[in-house]
This record gives sequence, C-alpha cells and structure tokens, in this order.
Amino acid sequence: MTKIDIFHEETGLTIRNAMADDLARIIDLDESSSGISKPDYWQESFRRFGSLQDGRYFLVAEKDSKNEKKSQIVGFIIGEIRAWEFGSQPGGWVFSLTVDPGTRLAGVATVMFNTICQCFRQAGIDKIHTMIDRDNITVMAFFRSQGMMAASTIPLQLSLSDMDNAGDSS
Amino acid sequence: MKLQRSSRLALYSVLELASRPDEQLSASDIAAKFDVSLNHLAKVLRDLGRARLVEAVRGAGGGYRFCGNARRTTLKDVVEIFEPITLHDVGGFEPGDKTEFGTSLAVVLGEIDDIALATLDSITLETMLKLTYRLHKQPKG
Repeated sequence: MTKIDIFHEETGLTIRNAMADDLARIIDLDESSSGISKPDYWQESFRRFGSLQDGRYFLVAEKDSKNEKKSQIVGFIIGEIRAWEFGSQPGGWVFSLTVDPGTRLAGVATVMFNTICQCFRQAGIDKIHTMIDRDNITVMAFFRSQGMMAASTIPLQLSLSDMDNAGDSS
Repeated sequence: MKLQRSSRLALYSVLELASRPDEQLSASDIAAKFDVSLNHLAKVLRDLGRARLVEAVRGAGGGYRFCGNARRTTLKDVVEIFEPITLHDVGGFEPGDKTEFGTSLAVVLGEIDDIALATLDSITLETMLKLTYRLHKQPKG
C-alpha cells in the first residue's frame, strides 16, 4: 500500500493520494488544460491508479489543505512502475501531469514531480520515463528543466487508414 | 546535427553571461575562454544585443551582461537569430528532390528536423545551466 500525505512547507502545498471526492475537480482541471471533457476516462484512471496499490501513484497537490473552506486541488500527477516493456528494466512512468493554469510558475509541478520521483526511488526504481507530443513544448520544457533527457527508445506509430489506402493491408 | 559557428558562439556567450548574472564580462574574456577571434565575437554580441539578450555596460568595470529571461529563452530562440533551424527544405530544390524517392527522403529528413526543433525549443538557458552543473558537478565561480 502506498499512502502519501506530505506537506511541503516552501510552497504550502500538500501532496497526497487522490480521493474519490477529488474527481470532479480533476476532471475540471484536465478540461481547462486539454479543452476536452472526459469524465469516463478519469473515473477509470482513478479506479486503476487511485487504489493505493503498490507501484501505482495518483497524487494531487492541494493548496490550503488545513482550511476546509479554502482548500483546493491545484494539480495532479499519475505514474506507475512498469517492468520489461520492450525489454526495458523496471522503471517509473509518469503519464499525466496537470496544473491549474492560474497556479502555474508557482512550483506545483516540481513538488508533485519530486514527490512521485521519491515514491519511485523508495520502490527501488532508478529510471523515470515519460512521453510527450513534440508540439507540447510547455510540458516538455518542464520535464527538461527537471533533468530529463531523450531516452534510448523512439516511439513509432502507424496510421492504419494510410496503410489501407496504400493497399498494403493484406 | 551541427550548428554554425556563430550559433555555437552565441549559445556559449549567453550561457556564460547568464551563469554570472551579477557580473559584466569583457568581450576579450569571452573570446579567450572559447578560443575565438574578438572580431567574430563582437559581431555575435551585436546580434545578441539587437535581440535584447545581452547588453553592453559602459564605463570602468564595464562589459557585457545577460539581460534576457533565462527561464524563458530557449536554445531555439538563440540559434534562430543566426541560422534557419529547419534545414532540409532551405535553399530550393536539389536534383532528384521531386522524384518519388526524393519526396520520400524529404519525409524522413523532415522527421529528423521536427525532433531537432522540438529538442531545441524545449531546453531553456536555465535548463542548460542546470545540465552543465550536473555534468560537471561544480558551481560556477
């Protein structure tokens, strides 16, 4: 079981496991960032990663957590330990990171990222991975600022419709 | 990927100056450190000045200092002052470019360019300074 509840004095943020009551805010934060509302996706993500299962981390950053009336979720991060994908050693994967647009440049993402890295470290993981669209310069610049470099793997994709149009589908 | 000499010199200069935000460095100090001619460096510093990344401080103890935002300025921002980054379609068509193999090759070269561009665009001067510190593990004097 991976229970996280850490108060970060410098920023006044509490980083803790996401709870079911946080889902509405998480859905809103994602929509304000991506422009797409996907409640089903986030409910399923919470079911899979919010269960405090070892190696799975769904963390939120909460501002003013001591004050029930003022407290607010200002960001969230999700990651998990994956092993032997394409032959790679067990590693930590961060596959979701969102910060309230009104709270950016306040160190929220850095505190969340450091916390999840600490979770991975305690689980004996050394390498942290993520994957970002190369047009998403803001998020890529953030991960770069944390010291992430290009990995030895290159993601590839295939458009099946292009393949079908070329008559290669057989 | 290889950058032109002016681009490399510009990056070295802004990184050197950004790593010492409280100091002014003379052009001859920078030229000596990177083993380049003072003339060439002066042209580069002039272009960086026009781009508002460095400024000259006159008087005794004067020199150049970084006046940009190291958290916002990317490697791409600096390189683009001196050369176009997307190289494969610059300079018109080469023989064979319009053939079926030429267009396929352009797709592959475009993929390489897009990755290079995203890399340069996502690394700020501050990130470069952190990387330099991490690789060399010693604070700047």
